[in-house]
Amino acid sequence: MKAEGRVFKYGDNVDTDVIIPARYLNSSDPKELATHCMEDIDKDFVNKVKQGDIIVADKNFGCGSSREHAPIAIKAAGVSCVIAETFARIFYRNSINIGLPILECPAAAAAIKDGDEVEVDFDSGVITDRTTGESFQGQAFPPFMQEIIKAGGLINSINKANG
Amino acid sequence: MGMTMTQKILAAGAGLEKVEAGQLIRAKLNLVLGNDITSPVAIHEMEKFDKKTVFDKDRIALVPDHFVPNKDIKSAEHCKCVREFAKEHEISNYFEVGEMGIEHALLPEKGLTVPGDVIIGADSHTCTYGAVGAFSTGVGSTDMAAGMVTGEAWFKVPSAIKFNLTGKPAKWISGKDIILHIIGLIGVDGALYKSMEFVGDGISYLSMDDRFTIANMAIEAGGKNGIFPVDEKTREYLKEHTKREYKVYEADADAVYDEEYTIELDKLKPTVSFPHLPENTHTIDEVGDIAVDQVVIGSCTNGRLDDMRIAASILKDRHIAKGMRCIVIPATQKIYLQCVEEGLLTTFVKAGCVVSTPTCGPCLGGYMGILAEGERCVSTTNRNFVGRMGHIKSEIYLASPAVAAASAVLGRIAGPEEL
Repeated sequence: MKAEGRVFKYGDNVDTDVIIPARYLNSSDPKELATHCMEDIDKDFVNKVKQGDIIVADKNFGCGSSREHAPIAIKAAGVSCVIAETFARIFYRNSINIGLPILECPAAAAAIKDGDEVEVDFDSGVITDRTTGESFQGQAFPPFMQEIIKAGGLINSINKANG
Repeated sequence: MGMTMTQKILAAGAGLEKVEAGQLIRAKLNLVLGNDITSPVAIHEMEKFDKKTVFDKDRIALVPDHFVPNKDIKSAEHCKCVREFAKEHEISNYFEVGEMGIEHALLPEKGLTVPGDVIIGADSHTCTYGAVGAFSTGVGSTDMAAGMVTGEAWFKVPSAIKFNLTGKPAKWISGKDIILHIIGLIGVDGALYKSMEFVGDGISYLSMDDRFTIANMAIEAGGKNGIFPVDEKTREYLKEHTKREYKVYEADADAVYDEEYTIELDKLKPTVSFPHLPENTHTIDEVGDIAVDQVVIGSCTNGRLDDMRIAASILKDRHIAKGMRCIVIPATQKIYLQCVEEGLLTTFVKAGCVVSTPTCGPCLGGYMGILAEGERCVSTTNRNFVGRMGHIKSEIYLASPAVAAASAVLGRIAGPEEL
């Protein structure tokens, strides 16, 4: 499985309030949430993002509120992968549970720039910045989480285990 | 190598003799929690299960508290979804408007959280119940759905940071000042993926409400949970609030911690977190002259009876500054009633404050106190992120109820000793 797209680059501590502000949480429709994705940190994001694009951020991405609406909005906006130096733990869990691919890779987070074209190979964990030609090794998921991802999310994996 | 308090609870929950940091486990849950924002997503996700029944109707708590009483039609639809689900599955701990409260103040008050419990909640401040010696942590809606169906959740066993609280805090120093000081010290990701275990002789000086405030904000340091040992005060609280039996766990003497900090409570000063991160802390003496438009006293962090009493003690026979809006939100119906009976509501209203029914409302920029561009708020809530309470160019300063009340009176960020 591969992802490739243009990078939207953000800094440290991107919280779930700026990913999807609470004023839109009266909806749980992914398509509607996607129209407000990243609104309070990057108003133009929804106008610029294309299917397959990639978010790259520094440390503690997705901190704050547990709202699953945040990874849902990112996924529904067409983002194929989020790469960060580190993720806040609830966002990390939520992303795995809903099947939004995420990768922790401090070197990639430090080097990749806004607008770069990047390719991610999920099987190997290798991240390639096609704009600069640099490659980075992302941290692979432990087998337990790989099972959840392979099954297409937490619920499918539980159905499968009980099946 | 010994286990931390958190690891011992998780080992018991997973039916294992021993666990160690980094180990992936599946633990049985004593309680699964959701609110009016996160539950509808979970209820929708539950439809994807082959098995669509709940594991135990008595061990699920559904608390509409964020946008209730319904703030608009869409919120009303969400609340209706939760209400109908609760009815269909005969959920015993569903709390309707009129009996509800802010979830993390309500559940301990209802005796639903006891020492040794393993609790997940689809709300990041679920870590609050560490105050009574439970393992509790925030998750998302899919985890909540899986928890409601299976009664289990997967966890990566966390390592821990030990905070040794020593000495007696000065008069106006509350749990809020202690946790803001700690977040300022270690940063908003200082405890990422980890437990924050609080120990030390200083704990005996902290009320249960102080401990709830401290555990509540463990997530603001990135923590998986925050937890206190069970002492006499905890036992008294439990005696008053619950009939459930419980098991008390203690960290092993040879438990290993990633880091250890000593926090001298007697040396702390009232502490304020400046925009736009809880780690941007300043003590009250270095704040300077910052004019304020609004004050909010409430939330799952600081809407409990102690908080109301402290705020009222400052506002008694005083009036808030001209042009100030001060919104007071007792966190549960019980606390609201206690405020009535103790005359605190009279104090608030006479001081020029408005008093709201329990709601998370303004804390997350939902309703009941949204900020316009350029406005500033001193708030006893837990987050001061960009746009959290309204316009992205508004500002939130996090503080204790004492500082919030004093700031309401003086019209600028101020400590109670200035009055």
